[in-house]
Amino acid sequence: MNRPDDYLNADYSVSSWLLTTDHKRIAILYLLSITLFFFVGGAAAVLFRLELMTPPGDLVGPETYNKLFTMHGVVMVFLFLIPSIPAVLGNFLLPMMIGARDLAFPKLNLLSWYLFILGSAVATTAILMGGLDTGWTFYTPYSTMFAHTNVVTGVLGVFIVGFSSILTGLNFIVTTHKMRAPGLTWFRLPLFVWALYATSLIQVLATPVLGITLLLLVAERGLGIGIFDPAIGGDPLLFQHLFWFYSHPAVYIMILPGMGVVSEIITCFSRKRIFGYPFIAFSSLAIAALGFLVWGHHMFVSGQSAYAGMVFSILSFLVAIPSAIKVFNWTATLYRGSISWQTPMLYALGFIGLFTLGGMTGLVLATLAVDIHVHDTYFVVAHFHYIMVGGMVMAYLGGIHFWWPKMTGKLYSEWWGRVSAAVIFIGFNLTFFPQFVLGYLGMPRRYHAYPDEFQVLNVLSTAGASILGAGYLLPFVYLLLSLKYGRDAGRNPWQATGLEWRTPSPPPTENFARVPEVREEAYAYGAEEAP
Amino acid sequence: MPTQAPLFPEQASTMAGRIDALFFALLGVAGFFTALIFGLILVFAIRYRRRPGRSSVFRTREPLWMELTWTAVPLAIAVGIFIWGAALYVEAARPPAGALQVFVVGKQWMWKIQHPEGPREINELHVPVGRPIRLTLASEDVIHSFYVPAFRMKQDAVPGRTTVAWFEATRPGVHRLFCAEYCGAGHSAMTGRVVVMEPREYERWLEGGGRGETIEASGRRLAERLGCLTCHVPGGGDRGPDLVGLFGKEVRLRDGTARIADEAYVRESILDPAAKITAGYEPLMPTYQGQIGEEDMLRILAWLKSLNEQKPEFRSQKPE
Ligand code: HEC
Ligand SMILES: [Cu+2]
Ligand SMILES: [Cu+2]
Repeated sequence: MNRPDDYLNADYSVSSWLLTTDHKRIAILYLLSITLFFFVGGAAAVLFRLELMTPPGDLVGPETYNKLFTMHGVVMVFLFLIPSIPAVLGNFLLPMMIGARDLAFPKLNLLSWYLFILGSAVATTAILMGGLDTGWTFYTPYSTMFAHTNVVTGVLGVFIVGFSSILTGLNFIVTTHKMRAPGLTWFRLPLFVWALYATSLIQVLATPVLGITLLLLVAERGLGIGIFDPAIGGDPLLFQHLFWFYSHPAVYIMILPGMGVVSEIITCFSRKRIFGYPFIAFSSLAIAALGFLVWGHHMFVSGQSAYAGMVFSILSFLVAIPSAIKVFNWTATLYRGSISWQTPMLYALGFIGLFTLGGMTGLVLATLAVDIHVHDTYFVVAHFHYIMVGGMVMAYLGGIHFWWPKMTGKLYSEWWGRVSAAVIFIGFNLTFFPQFVLGYLGMPRRYHAYPDEFQVLNVLSTAGASILGAGYLLPFVYLLLSLKYGRDAGRNPWQATGLEWRTPSPPPTENFARVPEVREEAYAYGAEEAP
Repeated sequence: MPTQAPLFPEQASTMAGRIDALFFALLGVAGFFTALIFGLILVFAIRYRRRPGRSSVFRTREPLWMELTWTAVPLAIAVGIFIWGAALYVEAARPPAGALQVFVVGKQWMWKIQHPEGPREINELHVPVGRPIRLTLASEDVIHSFYVPAFRMKQDAVPGRTTVAWFEATRPGVHRLFCAEYCGAGHSAMTGRVVVMEPREYERWLEGGGRGETIEASGRRLAERLGCLTCHVPGGGDRGPDLVGLFGKEVRLRDGTARIADEAYVRESILDPAAKITAGYEPLMPTYQGQIGEEDMLRILAWLKSLNEQKPEFRSQKPE
């Protein structure tokens, strides 16, 4: 072994991993756990997409079908998307990007991971006991008084996972405030840090509401205390208000960090300073703030008053503006750059395109009269998959490819990287674009069987899903192979700016031998290339 | 109902075409911006691709007017679309005066429909063409949603309250009815059809379908059976307030506040009488929680409303 000490080979014992407080090792623990859940959630999707190949419900029964889409939603949202970028890339990079040796509370960080594992173990138990069938939205009174499945266990799992999310957010906020290297002012921070900061605010402020709501649900289901079921004096719409008060902001937990990743990648692969730095930074905060005020757009046909509907509609239009600002600024960053089409960049450009389409169809849903028609149809399903899969998963994969050399010290096969990015882009659009059409035609979501006239579009969607599935397996394979066969990456294979690239790859446990001092703004491309 | 593989839904109500027009405007906006962004990305990514001997300019000027433009233009478009959408929504929420009433109760997993003239149907709704139909919706168990894509109309049926929706079919035909809110194992089987008929045919259907006891009459019979009329005597006594003309009126409560007697108020008065006590009365009324199902509740509501026939249109619950 002629490799110098780094965080990976510092100690090989199992306990050195399970008791680590090194943010980089914790990031790897998260990476392994959420990758597992990604494939679990994906497997459920494969099964119900197969079921939907034909109009009658013939492959699995209705109860099984309902459990499959519930499992897909719960696992993907709570056990994959929410922790994805923050807990993996954020954990790994935040301290290094700000020139720190670790997060502010390293032990708390480890506790977050254990809470995540405990919560997901409880949720997995619910699945193994036979699953639950409420949908990831747990609407009452179905979930409290009518479902005959393992609702309480599943909900408690999600409740526990919520605490892991809160603690991570708290840790990031304190770290960003207190641990920046000398000279690293707020406006010199990489935009990924701004995005993580905004995300953390949401995690800390919104997640407790989810916890309370889920406990109330358990109180009604388990103890018969009337909160949501009108038969015992409750109000079912109260649940929707509380649930979406968390779950709309949660959408931004699931997209803001992706936006941060894209800012890093776009600048590096076009060798340019980001266009409109303060606008991108503040739009993250604007999204976090406005995101708290739009939850009622999920309730336009619920019986909520028309005036409430109008207020939530206009606010939903407003929250789209900061996102539009980001998209324009990213695009302007490309102008007169020196653009290389490497794998992370392909993902980032794919993100911008798909996120734009997802955002624009969000406006369709925010438009009151049109939402009456498309609410609870496949149009909604397509819309949020464009944001969460086309957006967040693309950004996550882009980020993994961008920082893989830093995390592992190895380079993956660039050719396979580009191929899989292309396969995922094509598979994704083939899966979800037909669902927009299906939705406007009126196919409701969560339908186990459907009328014949919807079949052609459903078959297209399933065909796309199989391409998408193959696309996701590819990186899994070649990234693993790169660990053994990949070339050494060196400190900075992309010639990127940013403090994380100034340390060896993989970084030593303490990140920096000497705490760096920052004298320039972020993305100072050009300095090192100028003759 | 369509049989092949359509790409666009039929337009069969007065609202359908107008909602589609707004949708197409949105598609235009979405298409423009998506094409703009995709186009710019492609053009830049090709035109400025990395070539030996050519480096980036590292930093371009970032004029403020540019940021302001791409903030203000989308904002203006958004506000315009919001107003358009809100105007249509308010119309869709307010049933026009003189609409034909139909009562709909969702239940795992069927739609029970009652026409005021008597006929009852399950998973089928017959209506005449060219007349606004006002649906009063309730649910016996979980939340369901009454959805007819060809009418671009959808409204949740929520347990514990009544909701209102309306449509006016524009030509005879048969359309799909779906339950759009997930409601359990039979969710995707909770479907049916809406049959739109010429008025003359509709009359004939009413006759054949057993134009029997009207909903108001069966509501009155129910009220007698439940003993409502022993306390609520016409003209009002000390045992209970007068129910004639109650609907839509402002009721003074014992705690000094006032409430409009809408469907939600009346429903609560029956299921939880102690919650709001009418001024000048003792809390004598027993609760009927558990004794009156949703269908019966709709009958009683219809009977109560019929007590102030002089009013042509009753207050709907929406908008509040
Ligand atoms: C034992 C006597 C009694 C019976 C039986 C009774 N009520 Fe009442 N009801 C009252 C009294 C007293 C009030 C006023 C005090 C209050 O608000 O609870 C009232 C109030 C109401 C109100 C609110 C009226 C207002 O002016 O605010 C409605 C509506 C109503 N009752 C409907 C019914 C119906 C329908 C039934 C039968 C299912 C019924 N009641 C049976 C005594 C009775
Ligand atoms: Cu939302
Ligand atoms: Cu239903």
